[in-house]
Amino acid sequence: MIEKSLKIKHKWGLHARPAGRFIRLTNKFTSEVYLEKNGEKANAKSILEILSLALEYGSPVKIIVNGKDEKDALKTIEDFLSEEGD
Amino acid sequence: MLVKGLPASPGIVIGKAFVLKSEALTIPKYKISSKNVASEIKRYVDALASTRAELAEIQRKVEEEMGESCPDIFSAHLLILDDPVLRENTIKTMEKDNINAEYAVSQVLDKIGKTFSHIEDNYLRERAQDFKDVGRRILKNLMGKKEETLANLRDKVIIVAHDLAPSETAQMDKDKVLGFATDVGGRTSHTAIMARSLTIPAVVGMRDITQRVKSGETIVLDGYDGVTVVNPQKNTLERYLRKQERLVVLEKKLDKLKKTPAQTIDGHKIALLANIELPKEVELLDRYGAEGVGLYRTEFFFLNRRDIPSEEEQFQAYKYAAERVSPLPIVIRTLDLGGDKFASVLETPKEINPFLGWRAIRFCLARPDVFKAQLRAILRASVYGKVSIMYPLISTLQELRQANKILNEVKKELKKEKKPFSKDVKIGAMIETPSAAITSDLLAEEVDFFSIGTNDLIQYSMAVDRINEKIAYLYQPASPAVLRFIKHIVDSGHRKGIKIAICGEIAGDIQLTMLLLGLGVDELSMGPVAIPGVKQIIRSVTIEEAKKITEKALSFDSAEKIMSYLKSVKEPLKLLYQTQSKN
Repeated sequence: MIEKSLKIKHKWGLHARPAGRFIRLTNKFTSEVYLEKNGEKANAKSILEILSLALEYGSPVKIIVNGKDEKDALKTIEDFLSEEGD
Repeated sequence: MLVKGLPASPGIVIGKAFVLKSEALTIPKYKISSKNVASEIKRYVDALASTRAELAEIQRKVEEEMGESCPDIFSAHLLILDDPVLRENTIKTMEKDNINAEYAVSQVLDKIGKTFSHIEDNYLRERAQDFKDVGRRILKNLMGKKEETLANLRDKVIIVAHDLAPSETAQMDKDKVLGFATDVGGRTSHTAIMARSLTIPAVVGMRDITQRVKSGETIVLDGYDGVTVVNPQKNTLERYLRKQERLVVLEKKLDKLKKTPAQTIDGHKIALLANIELPKEVELLDRYGAEGVGLYRTEFFFLNRRDIPSEEEQFQAYKYAAERVSPLPIVIRTLDLGGDKFASVLETPKEINPFLGWRAIRFCLARPDVFKAQLRAILRASVYGKVSIMYPLISTLQELRQANKILNEVKKELKKEKKPFSKDVKIGAMIETPSAAITSDLLAEEVDFFSIGTNDLIQYSMAVDRINEKIAYLYQPASPAVLRFIKHIVDSGHRKGIKIAICGEIAGDIQLTMLLLGLGVDELSMGPVAIPGVKQIIRSVTIEEAKKITEKALSFDSAEKIMSYLKSVKEPLKLLYQTQSKN
């Protein structure tokens, strides 16, 4: 299992349209993926849980990945959350 | 019983109501023995698969219907349907509580639904709606109930619904639909836009029409006046039948005017163009004899979708419209979002006073990324037809200059990229605010034409909220204040040698055609169905006559007096029926 903490840089946050893209991305990996905000943990493959986490620009999150492709997954997710978006 | 609403698409129809109701589902609850849990889970998984197939089928129909510009209306639905939490929690509940699938899934749905309802965000609220829709579909599939749809209409009916979603109208057999009546919605709601593009009469925003009508009852739907009569009395029915008959006869007569020019007896020409919303609506031009598109609204693109349309996607749509309208002209209005319509993707803040707020050109100037993509798309499309651009809601000269500056930047970029665009793209400003109207002499220096957006001009000059019934008496197109504004705009524009168009509702109002003609307006752009009637009025007078009547009309001190004077000199309806005696 690997973890990494960062702040959301996507200027729309992770609600709205980027959430859908994010979910499609996480579902490409076999590893379990979670995002944690203020102690609340959400399954990062579930649009319902991710949306209810209400991640905004600047929100601190911890990425938790566990599985065979965890390194790739972490890198991809980190890149996505650090994008500024359009 | 008379129910009032907003006229969304013209025409009168009489027929049986088909009330589309979303009935409440009663969720069964029963125990499943441990040895049957596996097959119960399979039943749940099968229901998910059926739901997926159902959604795919509707999406396919929508695509067939709308072609390339089809929005992906179900991407969020599918994400929710395939959500691992929904799936796993439901299965877990079934295993743990030995409970049937319907009950388990509804428990999980309720729980997630509660989390959603606490989040304040427009987009998320819409997703909550998707979420409910998905849940409902899964439950119906589990219970073997068919979703009540418009797919299998047997007889011709008037559809009565709370509101209609693209997913519902896509399935419907258009030949079976006489009209639409809805509880909610405005002129730009999906139902209204679709009804106009299919030329099916519609009345929207009737609040509780679904409660007042039962399927099978007779209703009269008047899409001109925006009213519905439920179970009409014999004399009411007869009155509407006569009105309908007259209109059919009239339409046939007016149809013959299609190829004749819109000019007065003494040869003064005035161009009659069409307002359109969907690229597909260009097909209506020929049918009603429009001389081009005077207002192509581009908001439709930005509404009802999850992302900002790309330059390429916009280019394809504008190109399609420009090509189809060519060699006739098409005026493309840049994004006019705000006020009562906003795309959820643009994440704009809620405002107390949206009509005075961050909207239209104000929004575009603050979001040059969105604005530039649209301008690029329009310019690139300009080589495929006769394209003009116009900016909505200009309030100051500075705004207009700034918009033009961005346009010039975009042109430079395109040149650099060697992407072709026409050199003859005309630029216009919409005159909708009192500040623009009163400084129209200054604005005229910077543009090739004005287009007076009278709906907003009336609203802003009279300071009247159009939606508020209590002050509806102030919404008077023929009030001296509004007419003086229009006169001032026309005169100051003409002094600078630019053309003046009108693209608000009044352009298609035959009661006012004489006035607009007399005021010297060069072009009128309206819902295409209104064109033949307006043309007939124009063809029945001389320009001198119209000017004299207008001069006199402007001397009266109230809208009522002006209107009654206009009726007394030249009753517009009588002028229309003159076509009959001539033939």
